Amino acid sequence: MRHLRSFGRFWWDFVVGDDWLVAALVAIAIGAAAALAHSGVNAWWLLPAVVVLVLWLSLRRAVARG
Amino acid sequence: MNTTFLVLSAFLASAVEMVEALTIVLAAGLARGWRSALAGLGAATVALAVAVAALGPALTVIPLSALRLAVGALLLVFGLQWLRKAILRASGFKALHDEDAIFARELAEARTAERVERAGVDWYGFVLSFKGVLLEGLEVIFIVLTFGSAQGSIPLAAAGAGGALVLVAGVGVAVRAPLARVPENAMKFAVGVMLTTFGIFWSAEGAGAHWPGSDASLLGVLGFVILLSLGLVRLLRRERRLRLRAAEVRA
Repeated sequence: MRHLRSFGRFWWDFVVGDDWLVAALVAIAIGAAAALAHSGVNAWWLLPAVVVLVLWLSLRRAVARG
Repeated sequence: MNTTFLVLSAFLASAVEMVEALTIVLAAGLARGWRSALAGLGAATVALAVAVAALGPALTVIPLSALRLAVGALLLVFGLQWLRKAILRASGFKALHDEDAIFARELAEARTAERVERAGVDWYGFVLSFKGVLLEGLEVIFIVLTFGSAQGSIPLAAAGAGGALVLVAGVGVAVRAPLARVPENAMKFAVGVMLTTFGIFWSAEGAGAHWPGSDASLLGVLGFVILLSLGLVRLLRRERRLRLRAAEVRA
């Protein structure tokens, strides 16, 4: 059980890293881009816009934490 | 253009991780003996080769659009992590990565650890070297396989990583010291920019969007990520200066 937990923690740290908000917002944005594409909207601009927001929010959180 | 970008990204990302792995292997070798350090390096290399052999062919059978969506999403999350740290380092909110300091710390810890022999090798030195190479190597594999498969050329990405391996290992053997002069912080910044660029490009394509100008827009995305990152560094540097000034006034 301990090994399983540390295996899970390793992959969490490896992929998600220090700020879970980044992964969560990226997942939502990709889902939104896919939904827009499905309804006929070519939302190539969505991910660059979300990257601006995600980086800004994540950096603010890091700076606030010190 | 995309080919150059692919090889360069794989080379830079791999070089950064290999410099870090080299520091750990050197600390293990000097403090605990080269036999255990090299045994750890060899065992980790075998484990990484098994991972490549298992994952590489599996990735080639996944349809390209699904692969680009998954790879793009992973690269975007991964790239934003790198970029976030690089921006914090460049703006002074996080300490710069210092191979000399890391080497000194690893060496001190390795010298004080208790000596336990297993199968004729010092266990601490073996595990230190094994874990260091495996963890840094996994990042290399992740980048090479994802970049290579999504761009349709794993061998090209592997060539970039191979070039980095030859260079870092060659210089490491020649100088037998941590490669502190490698501009690691700048390289990490560049890798963060490249991973984020590919991540944005592929995840949007995988989600069904079409870039204006097709593959040529990758350059536009690259320029956008560079400008955004440099702008954020500038903003945070100014904020840090203001904070320091306010702290001086209070003191």
